[in-house]
Amino acid sequence: MMPETSNVRKRPFRWHILVFLGPAAFVYTVIMILPLAETLRLSFFQVDSVTRVVTFVGLENYNQLFFNVYWVGPFTKALWNNFLFFVIHMLVQNPIGVLIAALLSMFHLPGKKLYRTAIFMPTLLSFVIVGFVWKLMLSPLWGVSKGMLSSVGLGSWFMPFLGREESALITLALISVWQFVGIPMMLIYAALLSIPEEVIEAAECDGVTGLAQFFKIKLILILPTIGIISILTFVGNFNAFDLVYTTQGPLAGPNFSTDLLGTLLYRTFYGQQTQPGDPNMGATIATMMFFIILVGVAIYLFFIQRRLTRYEM
Amino acid sequence: MKYALMGGLATSLMLGTAVGAFAQSAEITIESWRNDDLTIWQDTILPAFMAANPDIKVTFAPTAPTQYNAALNAKLEGGTAGDLITCRPFDASLDLYNKGQLADLTGLAALDNFSDVAKSAWSTDDGSATFCVPMAAVIHGFIYNKDAFAELGLQEPETQDEFMAVLEAIKQDGTYIPMAMGTLDQWESQAMGYQNIGPMYWGGEKGRQAIIDGTAKLTDPEWVKPFEIMAQWGQYLGDGFEAQAYPDSQTLFTLGRAAIYPAGSWEITGFNNDADFELGAFRPPLPNAGDACIINDHTDIAMGLNPDSPNADAAKVFLDWMGTEEFAQLYSNALPGFFSLSNNAITLDDPLANEFISWRADCQSTIRSAAQILTRGGTPNLWSAMWTASANVINGIQTPQEAAAGLQAGLESWYAPQQN
Repeated sequence: MMPETSNVRKRPFRWHILVFLGPAAFVYTVIMILPLAETLRLSFFQVDSVTRVVTFVGLENYNQLFFNVYWVGPFTKALWNNFLFFVIHMLVQNPIGVLIAALLSMFHLPGKKLYRTAIFMPTLLSFVIVGFVWKLMLSPLWGVSKGMLSSVGLGSWFMPFLGREESALITLALISVWQFVGIPMMLIYAALLSIPEEVIEAAECDGVTGLAQFFKIKLILILPTIGIISILTFVGNFNAFDLVYTTQGPLAGPNFSTDLLGTLLYRTFYGQQTQPGDPNMGATIATMMFFIILVGVAIYLFFIQRRLTRYEM
Repeated sequence: MKYALMGGLATSLMLGTAVGAFAQSAEITIESWRNDDLTIWQDTILPAFMAANPDIKVTFAPTAPTQYNAALNAKLEGGTAGDLITCRPFDASLDLYNKGQLADLTGLAALDNFSDVAKSAWSTDDGSATFCVPMAAVIHGFIYNKDAFAELGLQEPETQDEFMAVLEAIKQDGTYIPMAMGTLDQWESQAMGYQNIGPMYWGGEKGRQAIIDGTAKLTDPEWVKPFEIMAQWGQYLGDGFEAQAYPDSQTLFTLGRAAIYPAGSWEITGFNNDADFELGAFRPPLPNAGDACIINDHTDIAMGLNPDSPNADAAKVFLDWMGTEEFAQLYSNALPGFFSLSNNAITLDDPLANEFISWRADCQSTIRSAAQILTRGGTPNLWSAMWTASANVINGIQTPQEAAAGLQAGLESWYAPQQN
């Protein structure tokens, strides 16, 4: 046996670690870390509108965002709308996703693959197409929704859903649910399929079948997947922008009732019509969005994920 | 091969410069965002100029509208921009002038053919220097379905009361939707609503200037009154107008399902193509019979000179020609709805365009109230706020007083002259 010290001395520098990590670290730095740092840096500067001189202003942009009524108003409204948008996804999209996945995995449905594909399909569509098609379907002038509601005797329920303050945000959230319900469905479906037969058989031996089996056995086993889906939904919703922009325009009407953090950021950063873009203020909002998402994810990681029990299967 | 190509390129570039510099003839290039108008410039406007000035060769080189500002800035900074620069109104061009990228044209003979209002979009705030020759404006008003009016026995309304009576009559009859406009996209409410009917209440240029000077407020009755009128519009727009987008309104009107369309003259070409009924136009209604008529004649497009142009003399010949009656006539006829801003009397072939431009004879002109100075810097942006406020008033989300108070408070928060 060689002495341990010479063993350590002889071991060469492990270059392969660098070689294998290098490309990913490089790409991640260039694409994610540098832009994040640059955004943070931008938010500490401001450009004089007349002289175009860039000056370091410290936290002044944040001060504006939190204490100037014309910034804090839109910001809190967008934050609240975003929260509602997220809650609707959590209450509608994820339970429906679980339900469909459970149905697909439980029964021997003819044409199961067809359903699975059809429900997943909208996820692959562009926001622009989804926004345009739904806008057309819901249009009070040419849309099919009025006729469809009337044909089942609910004609009086029809209203210009996208044009009313009280209904526009909910409508957009439901359109987004329609588009993305395929993702929780697919993930949960995969999780359900990975539950071993023995577990199910053991449950059946103990007389746990049907609904009780689903709630007492399967749901517990797929909870970690549901956790991941929740966090994906959270991150996706707080970055949402495209659907509102394509259906309601940059001013997120009516009366900013559909304004999300993403549309507020877009309007601020790039400007709109005669409103000049303000990249520094935009970067401030983007940084806040980053922190909101960071805090949300951190809460999930430290307080929820730790309590989830993972079972070896 | 590669070297040969580059050599060839270099030679042709040198030749090109040589021709420009030494030969008697000059070549000038026009930068523009109007790529839709390429054939009109190539086939109609430029041949007319070159026939009169055979030693100047003009090329029209447009960029896509959305890329124009960015592309032009890059070209100007890199020194590769064309000799003539098509100017956006107000701040975009003023910014270029302040950076020394547009030449001062004050004193150019052609500018005498334009009114101060026309020049205001391309002058410094104090009006001391003008840096672009105004080309065209768009005029606001109402386009209507003449067949529908004849069928219902209606006349063009002249006053606000008559206008409301016409709307009520169309609504009572029920065959047509009285007015085609939606509030989903919001900007129509501002451009075709507030800025269309408003100038007669706030007194056009006088009122606009008073807001800029800080001697009037947006909460004054003359600025609230147009909102009060628009608050009554909602009941005459189609069912579900809250979710009706701009193209929906255009289609609704050209399909003949709506009788009146609050319009800008840029719609003329499209409507002429799409509508198979006779089109008419009437002015924004007078507040009371006998009141002075003021129309929104919004300055939109102009032409300036690149100060680094090696062919500045030839370019100035072209700019001077743009002040002539011939140019005004050619341009306005080729693009009905974009009206020359010059003081020359022009005749148009398109009857609808003719109707719009005839209003200039009886009415004073003004531009959109928040287009100049009031939207420069500052949060909240008055222009965007007016979109939302106008749509809110029509939707009934805000009362006219609330809408005006919101606009005024927003403006006061950053615009110094309004703060005392």
